[in-house]
Amino acid sequence: MKQSLFERRHQAEWDAFQALLLSLEQGKTKEDESQAFAAQYRRICQQLALAQERTYSTHLIDQLQLLAMRGHQQFYRHRSHLGAQIIGFVLAGFPRLIRREWRSVLIASLVFYGSLIGMGVLVYLYPELVYSLMDPAQVTSMETMYDPENRRLGRFGERDAGDDWMMFGFYIMNNIGIGFQTFASGLLFGLGTLFFLLFNGLYIGAVAGHLTRIGYSDTFWSFVIGHGAFELTAITFAGAAGLKLGWALLVPGRHTRIEALRLAAAEAVKLVAGVVFFLLIAAFIEAYWSSMTFATSTIKYVVGAGLWLLVALYFIFAGRRHAPD
Amino acid sequence: MSVSPANHTVTQDALAVLDSRYKVETPEGIDLQLRPAGVVPRAMAFIIDLLIRGGVMLVAGIVLALLGDFGQGLLLILFFLLNWWYMVLFEVFNQGRSPGKQALGLRVVHDDGTPVGWGASLIRNLLRFVDMLPVGYALGILSSLLHPGFKRLGDLAAGTLVVYRDEPPTRPQIPEVSPLRAPFALSQDEQRAILGFAERQAGLSSGRRAEIAGILAPALEVHADLAEAELNGIARGLLGQA
Repeated sequence: MKQSLFERRHQAEWDAFQALLLSLEQGKTKEDESQAFAAQYRRICQQLALAQERTYSTHLIDQLQLLAMRGHQQFYRHRSHLGAQIIGFVLAGFPRLIRREWRSVLIASLVFYGSLIGMGVLVYLYPELVYSLMDPAQVTSMETMYDPENRRLGRFGERDAGDDWMMFGFYIMNNIGIGFQTFASGLLFGLGTLFFLLFNGLYIGAVAGHLTRIGYSDTFWSFVIGHGAFELTAITFAGAAGLKLGWALLVPGRHTRIEALRLAAAEAVKLVAGVVFFLLIAAFIEAYWSSMTFATSTIKYVVGAGLWLLVALYFIFAGRRHAPD
Repeated sequence: MSVSPANHTVTQDALAVLDSRYKVETPEGIDLQLRPAGVVPRAMAFIIDLLIRGGVMLVAGIVLALLGDFGQGLLLILFFLLNWWYMVLFEVFNQGRSPGKQALGLRVVHDDGTPVGWGASLIRNLLRFVDMLPVGYALGILSSLLHPGFKRLGDLAAGTLVVYRDEPPTRPQIPEVSPLRAPFALSQDEQRAILGFAERQAGLSSGRRAEIAGILAPALEVHADLAEAELNGIARGLLGQA
């Protein structure tokens, strides 16, 4: 078939497809208008292949190529049922993921809790060690935060009128940011992640050891126990995600390094989604429950222990069975 | 003039190096041609995005300062959203384009040419933190310059590509001569070369035009002086009726 005949025969079809593409790209299409889109798109692809095979002129082929390209973009457009995905992830996907990735979670936990407990004990036994991590000004401000005389506890505790909203905002920005950095720096062959896990472990350990030593243990432990259940686990998950990246680069197995990294990142990013979920809960608890002093420390310990138990049960039991269809 | 096979392969290799186009075969059995964007347009897109975010923070800072601590909290959350989620939300909901990328005619796609989704967008934008290390995007620039698809580290891990948006092809402007048929079937690349020659005549001196056309005279089986007219005729023939 001659090119001019081919063009004449299909031009109307191409114009219609182009019009539909335009409205799809601008998101103005009604449902029934795009019914025929898939069939039209396949015809364009077939005509492009034909035009190439018959070596029609490049000008025509370029036009068809562009139509096929734009059609491809719309046809494979990302359809997200975000609400359903989030519910599915929280109910079953997240705990399953953690059980599947237990190795990296275990390593991250060992590094983090190991440095935390080790540093805590060391600072408790040798108090001057706290100054190896923090300067005296930081130590003083930390002591003021957890002074038993305070009505509110935690960061910004000294501001009596300190609004819970502001603290909520601060915790979200600060903690989730740290979580993201812990994950991302895993790309440096896992070294960045190890650094963040160790540093945070040592820092929290030093604070805990120091405050326990000087007798502020009640205010401190009753403050952290509640949101700690979510915050500390989230840090280990962010660490696990980062270590996965690093491990994929170090030991790519049967893939190329890039390919291994890509596969690991696709899994790790789900862990990061879980980190965000947990840190949001933690920020909420930290701002609206942990910092309140109307509850006695006994109640806080009970609630805190309950939250730790809840987290443990969640990861052990949730999502074991398939939901009924 | 004959071209030896050895020479021929060298030219092909050189072309492959020079040509930054990236071919993806789709399930429909056709090849998509993607054109990855280099460091400079991407940096400019990033700067535009940075300015937009800075402007939003500035305005929000002034307005929210009136609300006291509540406003401070909102401002911190806004900063968090702009810092970590601005790119992700735009890329997922605006077909791979943040405002800066849109201005520069760029968009983000998966390696297979499909529009970018949540997972990949999140990965490439969280790993931006590493691309910025140790200072001023050094790792990202290094990685982009070394990769044929100009991928920074985040793109490598996410399996994404930043490509140019394709402009609709314009009809080439070539001399008005009577169309001719080529003496033999031309491949795509040969057609493009001939069209390109006809299109760029205005920018070449007559001596240079004759010299280039003369190379093809033996293949076209015409005298060297007539080769240029012959090529223009073939180009006109390739273009078909308006």
